Amino acid sequence: MSSENTVSINGQPHALPDDPRVSLLDMLRHHLGLTGTKKGCDHGQCGACTVLVNGVRINSCLTLAVMHDGDEVTTIEGLGTAENPSALQRAFVERDAYQCGYCTPGQICSATAMLDEIAAGWPSDASDSLDGPMEVSTEEIRERMSGNICRCGAYANIVDAIRDVAGEPA
Amino acid sequence: MRPFDYQRAEGIDHAGQLIAAENAVAIAGGTNLLDLMKLQVETPQTLVDVNRIGHAEIEDSDDGGLWIGALATNTDTAVHPRVKADYPVLARAILAGATQQLRNRATTGGNLCQRTRCYYFTNIDQPCNKRDPGSGCGAIDGIARLHAVLGTSDQCIATYPGDMAVALSALDATVHITSAHGKARTVPVRDFHRLPGHTPWKDNVLEPGELITGVSLPAPVEGTQIYRKVRERSSYAFALCSIAAIVEMDGDKIARADLAFGGLAHKPWHDPEVGEVLVGQKPGAKLFDKAADVLLRDARGYGENDFKIPLARRTLAAVLAEATGAEL
Repeated sequence: MSSENTVSINGQPHALPDDPRVSLLDMLRHHLGLTGTKKGCDHGQCGACTVLVNGVRINSCLTLAVMHDGDEVTTIEGLGTAENPSALQRAFVERDAYQCGYCTPGQICSATAMLDEIAAGWPSDASDSLDGPMEVSTEEIRERMSGNICRCGAYANIVDAIRDVAGEPA
Repeated sequence: MRPFDYQRAEGIDHAGQLIAAENAVAIAGGTNLLDLMKLQVETPQTLVDVNRIGHAEIEDSDDGGLWIGALATNTDTAVHPRVKADYPVLARAILAGATQQLRNRATTGGNLCQRTRCYYFTNIDQPCNKRDPGSGCGAIDGIARLHAVLGTSDQCIATYPGDMAVALSALDATVHITSAHGKARTVPVRDFHRLPGHTPWKDNVLEPGELITGVSLPAPVEGTQIYRKVRERSSYAFALCSIAAIVEMDGDKIARADLAFGGLAHKPWHDPEVGEVLVGQKPGAKLFDKAADVLLRDARGYGENDFKIPLARRTLAAVLAEATGAEL
């Protein structure tokens, strides 16, 4: 299969849908059965659908699958497995960083990219200076993760899990 | 979502040809457009994907300024070394808006063209002169907490929702536009967005078939740059009132005060008379109050948003105090 009219999902090429209305989120869940990525609001407000596209976190509900010809998408299924979880997946379990778990895949995809952004020196609205190095403080994590809503309110443990992985004392 | 024809533009000229079709709309990041298409507020016949036409560059201009391509993402702009160093008010404004996921997709051109978050505009069961001309305005005499207090009309009291354009207005940036025929023109960003008047469906001066190619910033100026955003919660909320300020002192007097306001009007609000009141004067509470008197001389509340008038006054005083070091 050539890269033309395909999108790579967790390393596997997939043909783009014929109907241009299909969001990347609906392609993942309904066409490919990758139901780890969740649909919450479907309007970019909750972050449950967060995935990585070419390493960058986006809301998969607010983008059309056909716009991702040749892109590399990573979903929660691509970050780790039950047997071999990623550091963030392990930390979320250890810190009990959820209640119902519905927002968790989006939280973990988002946090995965967020730690890279901090390492790259990207500032946030909570940063005192626009120039790095950036801190992994509670205030920074809360601001940088504001696109991921947790209706159960597990935020305190989510922040602790992220700080564990960042090597910061929670 | 209503069915539409999807076309991918291969270059700027191709995009211009495709966008000239009846009811064709360009899609870049899509974070606002797709949201509105799901709500059937926007129902384009053709969607022209402009993501692969280039124009994503951010580079130095010959005059010492900076060029920001229409397809540069909000993240690209906010983390760019020159933006952080020379135009920090722009980086701060972008970082104060939306979420990282949205900023990673949102583009310069798309952000300028984003539509109001008026609850009547986004609900097709409600009257809205912007969405459905002649249907009336639900917000006047309705729920109007987010709405405008400056430059309103009896047709529409919606606000322009963005932060980036408020900073661009304070910086006196220029919007570069091209059309299907390759005809280029430029518009000062301060004139890009419109007041509602009798044609509230026109958010800005873009004509059908026109595309934004980029934004140019003038050479950086001296002074303190501040973006202050007041909102209902501390992250991921639209501005009730925001101020982009570039303030330079000369001794104990204000030498420059370029100010633009978000959340107050149908466009980023820039009133040169506000700056004129301040320049050449010693900063202080009385002067800041006088500047607010000028800013708000024609302000009008609509019940739920009455609070924005004193809020704008206090936010202006706080920003000017921070910029000048004056005590309030």
